[in-house]
Amino acid sequence: MIVEFGDSIDPAINRRVRELFLAIERAAVAGVRDLVPTYRSLLVSYDPLRTTFDSLRSHLSELDAHLADTPLPPPRVVEIPTAYGGTFGPDLGFVAGHNHLTEDEAIAIHAGTDYLVYMMGFSPGFTYLGGMSERIAAPRLKTPRTAIPAGSVGIAQQQTGIYPVESPGGWQLIGRTPVSLFDPSRHPPVVVEAGDYIRFVPVTLDRYSAIQDEIQRGTWTLPVRGVTT
Amino acid sequence: MKTIEVLDGGMLTTVQDLGRFGYQRYGVPTSGALDLFSMRAANRLVGNPDDAAGLELTLIGPRLEFVVPATIALTGADLGARLGDRPLPRWESVVVEPGAVLSFSGPQDGVRAYLAVAGGVDVPEVLGSRATYIRSRLGGIAGRKLEAGDAVHVSGDRPVLLGGALQLPVPHRPIYGHAHLLRVVLGPQDDRFTPNGVHTFLSSTYSVSPQSDRMGYRLAGAAIEHLRGPDIVSDGTPLGAVQVAGDGVPIVLLADRGTAGGYTKIATVIGPDIPRLAQAAPGDEVTFDSVGLDDAYAAVRVQEAALATIGPIRHGPDVARLRKVAAVVATVASLQRR
Repeated sequence: MIVEFGDSIDPAINRRVRELFLAIERAAVAGVRDLVPTYRSLLVSYDPLRTTFDSLRSHLSELDAHLADTPLPPPRVVEIPTAYGGTFGPDLGFVAGHNHLTEDEAIAIHAGTDYLVYMMGFSPGFTYLGGMSERIAAPRLKTPRTAIPAGSVGIAQQQTGIYPVESPGGWQLIGRTPVSLFDPSRHPPVVVEAGDYIRFVPVTLDRYSAIQDEIQRGTWTLPVRGVTT
Repeated sequence: MKTIEVLDGGMLTTVQDLGRFGYQRYGVPTSGALDLFSMRAANRLVGNPDDAAGLELTLIGPRLEFVVPATIALTGADLGARLGDRPLPRWESVVVEPGAVLSFSGPQDGVRAYLAVAGGVDVPEVLGSRATYIRSRLGGIAGRKLEAGDAVHVSGDRPVLLGGALQLPVPHRPIYGHAHLLRVVLGPQDDRFTPNGVHTFLSSTYSVSPQSDRMGYRLAGAAIEHLRGPDIVSDGTPLGAVQVAGDGVPIVLLADRGTAGGYTKIATVIGPDIPRLAQAAPGDEVTFDSVGLDDAYAAVRVQEAALATIGPIRHGPDVARLRKVAAVVATVASLQRR
């Protein structure tokens, strides 16, 4: 069953998706096997031996009518330390030049906003972020790279995102974070979830290495704060 | 306990179970057996719970040596299984002695076979499942397919079935062939196609493309006409979703599919018919028939009823085998008379 709240990318629509998602989680609705919240819809997988479309629909409508009773937790902003440019961000120069900016200006714009995590998918730990400025938009690479290291921060058109695991891809790479966005041995396996915000925080290469060491020793805690903007 | 030594991994042999649920929200595909009917049947035949892990064998089977006694069951495709120098019957439990080698001579019917071992394949659970997802190296044996030299461990200590051998009665054993009729429930985006496009989808015969894998089956055939383009704002992709991208040809999304996608989905193949598609080989014919939800639920119950017929082997109904035995007895008798 897919519950649709609209067909556009809109924080208000996304918020309703998340509200129903959390309400179903909390109510532990019988027969529901899995939930996939997206930009504007909620996929509800159910076991037809335990419930039916009709009874599930009436149950979810009931929950939807009482969403105000279960307010969303306050949004979190997860700070992602990012080393911009150099070998970690080989396309920073292109992105800046494409937009008639200096590299520092491009970094300031990219790191100057909280990005809403609209959804996660299609692959493990990948975040669909909203809110990037058009002033640093850039086309995808004509020829995708065959292996992009985990943690790479990229731009494709008006989207920005982080490669959670090494994979091929065609985004313009502007930096890299030492933070592992997907680790199946962790519970949960991700550090940000749909509904959170991401803030990229520029760090030097030295700081990047220091954080990487701390992560390996298990002494690093990801900075998380409330929304201030 | 180390139970199987892999002599040859075959084309694509992976550890699978019923799949990894609860993590699609983070982008983790469910994975799990493509043919869940055969996987569950194999487990039940050896006395395992449905969600025990087993092996999914693809087209060219592996060569496996048993190092301890085990009770096994092979279901799904007929890949020409042999235990030692004798054919291994499918859809029934068999006790295997140490030193026995399971091998495969080549596919006869279907493409995916399932091997269950009493106790269940023992690999660490990753995010609540033992299923292998190769693309992200999750689950199974080091997140990859089996290779020569691997050891397959089995949990527990119950090599022999106490109540005697079990079977799925012959009438319930699927014969796959090369033409597959799949029942679909239209939606969620069938309204993004012209009436003509929906008609094309439901009346055309498609052929399975070689670019079909655990992620999805790509079909070749008549292009399905969109109303206003193939792009949607990404939403969730259920198992069996029939996605139609810009080229107009359908792709049926399976266990390793991405959790979300930005292309229109004209319909969803009903759960009980996914195993049939999972057994389709490149070049096979696929047609679609639109049904309502009540028909889909009824099909689920029919499938559950078929699984529930698994029981002790009785010699009465298995006429074919009795005839074979009788023929052998007659031959031996005639030889002795000479």
